[in-house]
Amino acid sequence: MHELTQQIVSGLATGSIYASVALALVLIYRAMGIINFAQGEMAMFSTYIAWQLVQFGVPVWLAFGATLIIAFAGGVAIERIVIRPVERANQLTLVIVSLGLFIALNGLAGWIWGYIVKSPPPPFPPTAITVGGVAFSAQDVGIIAVSLVTLGLISLFFQKTKLGLAMRAAALYPEQSRVLGIRVGWMLALGWGLAAVVGATAGIMIAPVVFLDPNMMQSIIVYAFAAAVLGGIESPIGAVVGGLILGVAINLLGTYVEAIGNELRLAAALAIIVLVLVVRPSGLFGKPSVQRV
Amino acid sequence: MIPSLRKAAAGVCAVAFSLTVTASATIPVEAADPGVSANEIILGGTHPFSGPASAYGNIGKGIGAYFDYVNDHGGVNGRKIKWIDKDDGYSPPQAVQLVHQLVEQEKVFAIFDTLGTAVNTAIRPYLNQQGVPQLYVATGATTWGKDYKQYPWTIGWQPDYQSEAILYAQDVLREHPKAKIGVIYQNDDYGEDMNNGLKRGLGSHQNMIVKMASYETSDPNVSSQIATLKASGADTLMIFATPKFAIQSMVATAQQGWHPTIYLNNVSNAIPYMRAAAKAGGAQFLNGIVTTIYLKDPANHARYANDPGMKLYEEIMSKYIPSGDKEDGNYLYGVSIAYTMVDVLKRAGKDLTRKKVMDIAANLVEKDNPLVYPGVVIRTSPNNRFPITQMISAKWLGSDWSPSGILVDTRPMTMAAK
Amino acid sequence: MIGLSRGAMIRVCVVAALIAVLPWIVPSFVVFDLIFVAAYAIAILGLVILTGMNGQISLGHGAFMALGGYVVAVLAHAAGWPYWAGVPIAALACGAFGLLIGLVALRLAGVYLALATFSLAVATPSFLKHYKSITGGFGGMSLQPVTVPAGIPLDPQRWLYYAAWAVAGLAFLVSALIVRGKFGRALRALRDNPVAAVSFGVNPYVYKTLAFGWSAVLAGVAGAFYAIPTAFVSPDTFSFALSITLLIGAVLGGIWTFWGALLGGVVVEFLPLVAQQVNAGAPSVVYGVALILVMMFVPDGIAGGLVQLARRIAPRPAPPPSAEPSPIATSAPLGAIGGGISDPKP
Repeated sequence: MHELTQQIVSGLATGSIYASVALALVLIYRAMGIINFAQGEMAMFSTYIAWQLVQFGVPVWLAFGATLIIAFAGGVAIERIVIRPVERANQLTLVIVSLGLFIALNGLAGWIWGYIVKSPPPPFPPTAITVGGVAFSAQDVGIIAVSLVTLGLISLFFQKTKLGLAMRAAALYPEQSRVLGIRVGWMLALGWGLAAVVGATAGIMIAPVVFLDPNMMQSIIVYAFAAAVLGGIESPIGAVVGGLILGVAINLLGTYVEAIGNELRLAAALAIIVLVLVVRPSGLFGKPSVQRV
Repeated sequence: MIPSLRKAAAGVCAVAFSLTVTASATIPVEAADPGVSANEIILGGTHPFSGPASAYGNIGKGIGAYFDYVNDHGGVNGRKIKWIDKDDGYSPPQAVQLVHQLVEQEKVFAIFDTLGTAVNTAIRPYLNQQGVPQLYVATGATTWGKDYKQYPWTIGWQPDYQSEAILYAQDVLREHPKAKIGVIYQNDDYGEDMNNGLKRGLGSHQNMIVKMASYETSDPNVSSQIATLKASGADTLMIFATPKFAIQSMVATAQQGWHPTIYLNNVSNAIPYMRAAAKAGGAQFLNGIVTTIYLKDPANHARYANDPGMKLYEEIMSKYIPSGDKEDGNYLYGVSIAYTMVDVLKRAGKDLTRKKVMDIAANLVEKDNPLVYPGVVIRTSPNNRFPITQMISAKWLGSDWSPSGILVDTRPMTMAAK
Repeated sequence: MIGLSRGAMIRVCVVAALIAVLPWIVPSFVVFDLIFVAAYAIAILGLVILTGMNGQISLGHGAFMALGGYVVAVLAHAAGWPYWAGVPIAALACGAFGLLIGLVALRLAGVYLALATFSLAVATPSFLKHYKSITGGFGGMSLQPVTVPAGIPLDPQRWLYYAAWAVAGLAFLVSALIVRGKFGRALRALRDNPVAAVSFGVNPYVYKTLAFGWSAVLAGVAGAFYAIPTAFVSPDTFSFALSITLLIGAVLGGIWTFWGALLGGVVVEFLPLVAQQVNAGAPSVVYGVALILVMMFVPDGIAGGLVQLARRIAPRPAPPPSAEPSPIATSAPLGAIGGGISDPKP
């Protein structure tokens, strides 16, 4: 019984990692209807910046704040420089460009910082907490809390602020928005900046758990895709719920289903992607009526 | 102008010399092997500079730095080493193509320190068919030492994984005879070799293993596996994992409030990794972890402050890879293995042939490698192709590995594995 | 023969002649590399048909290559089958698997399919590892080197080279025939104007699934010719990076034309080597940046770029291969197929 509870708790902790990255994926998808394969690498790169700032002697929380600002600027810059020229091209081109970004950022991080695994400063103390025989760490709680707060902020931003509404309008009705005087191009750039900030937050939160190296995000991004698809790729709340469900489900399947075991965890996650896409492409929280592409 | 004249003169001399030899001894002189000229030896290798195993690319760079150092100090018997190192991205087909290119176009004398079990398995038949030495492959699978009859041109260098695990088994039997062992292992040939070694070492006590949990390199973390092992009632944890997952395992035990006796495999015991684990999980819980050591650790500043070998390493790093992280043990591994390579070339003398170099590599006693753990001798004989078989176990005490006991030679066990 | 224009015919003959004489001109290691170019070209041809013509993005064709490679390897390793007998079996196996995936793909539009096939590619190594008793697990399987049949005066390498390129030639020929026939017309109609096509009695499910199946056959054959020269298969051989590499090759070569498949094969084989030359410290940075730059400035790939260049130098009224790069899922210029194969009026 203890083990079951422990597996669920640790699944929630791992799931919140997927959730935080999936949130960033959802933001880009909502902004322009594409899947950003480079989202994980952007987050990894931001995390290195945070680590570097701390190495330079910047106080930890100040470094985090600075990193978020840098990430925002970086996201906007990537949209302006790399995405904008191909913005109107077909989806294939956008997929390839995001793969190019993925490859380049990964190589660049390795080139600058090397491949030795690093342990970035944890934003929350790594203290173990034991409740009724089930152990977890303050970090686990912290990651879940931060994902939820991020989710709340995103929802508020898109529903209550003028800028957020303008961004939604620009994404859904670019032509009409232009007529209304919304600068659609800049709204897209803003979307990328915002996604980069959410990704950087995720990176900073999870790096003390999975540890920082240039390939840190490569396994996580696949699970984040699965989480986003499961929740409905246009839904921020879906991303978070999808991530948590996925984390728990994978732990339970891996631990208690002999045929899957530890070996086919990833395959199980991917089966979930395919199954959801085939049976209910809009996911748990998406609106089935919206048909993209 | 002058160098080319000198080159020509050397060439003429060499021709004259070989003519004399032929004339006087009437033994037909073998045509010189490719990759050796009057003033150059060409060695080729592949390393993953891109892709999932990029961390190991620094081994190739460390090798290059040592060769540069040797070249700047007169080279080997008057010849400079030209080191051609290519990026195989850890992909066997890529490595096979590059090795073809190195042998057929670059005309390398030997292939040196190709990295990874799959890559080396893929290129081994071709190199043996061509009669090109495949020297000191960077992997610890037992096949490199074991299958020399079928593949005489191939040889490993580092201790084989099975022997290392046997040492842990012996330590458990000696120190904790009632232990209940849980194992976390990487699900590939590496983990399998370690598991086999552990079982062989335990012998009739294999039932001490209460649970084994595997992970994939595609797993984001291993907290679930650690929870399973904890729940199995194990009080001893074997970590057969690569650095990132080893760190995660150590931290996860602390965070799940589990305090087993921990054995940590050599590939993950570099001090920077231990520091990373201490930072994330608290320094206290790492105390008493057991590992094995066969190389010096460049991050162990206290122990090696006045060590001439380490000074040499730091000098080489400062001069040839100034931007490199000196504490990265991969560089040190590269310098150390390159030392053995140069040593073999030196011993082979002025008349280099592939056959001769292979014979020396397989019949070597090298006592002065500056970067292996003090006392480790690199030793091969025609019937024993396991160069490094000595290791010492060490305990983590606060901020440093403290070696305990004496160097153990696993050669008898290694030989028994055949 | 298959309705090629005169200029295209000349181009095909020149390329075929070049392929025939290359092994006697270039160094032997390049001959070896060119065997891999043949394999990549066959696989990328599958993507040209699937993505360029059928409008479906696959990031998972490495999985079909894995299946093809392992079928040949297992048959040779466990049952002692010769390679020439294993390749057709590999093609059949991949065709069947491709039809299955094609059925699933019908329900997935655009980027969703990319994601689903990406999952397939990522999961492939786990499956290869899992079924140890068949696949040899993580350690993989070593294969026998190729032997030359008695009476053929070639060394093994050139023999394999000609075998691979003969198969590649066959793949291109059969694909061209398919594309020019009823099948190709139906696909194009479906892509350009699905509503009209369906009202004319074209069954989209049948044709789209068949296209997926055929592209999987090509990938499977490619997988066989990827495994045989390596003489070794393992899960690392077919990592998800291979799938990405294939799509990158297709796009860089030119996804609208058969020539793009050939050029893509060359690019995929040699770009990493060039990237190493440019920056040995971080070849992937060069690779990634090159990819982005090509997409910005030559979105139709090298084949498209060459045609543009040719038009600029010698303006001709001939239809451009991709006059208007259009969203892949909706419409794509059709005159493009073959780069010179004239497009018949439907």
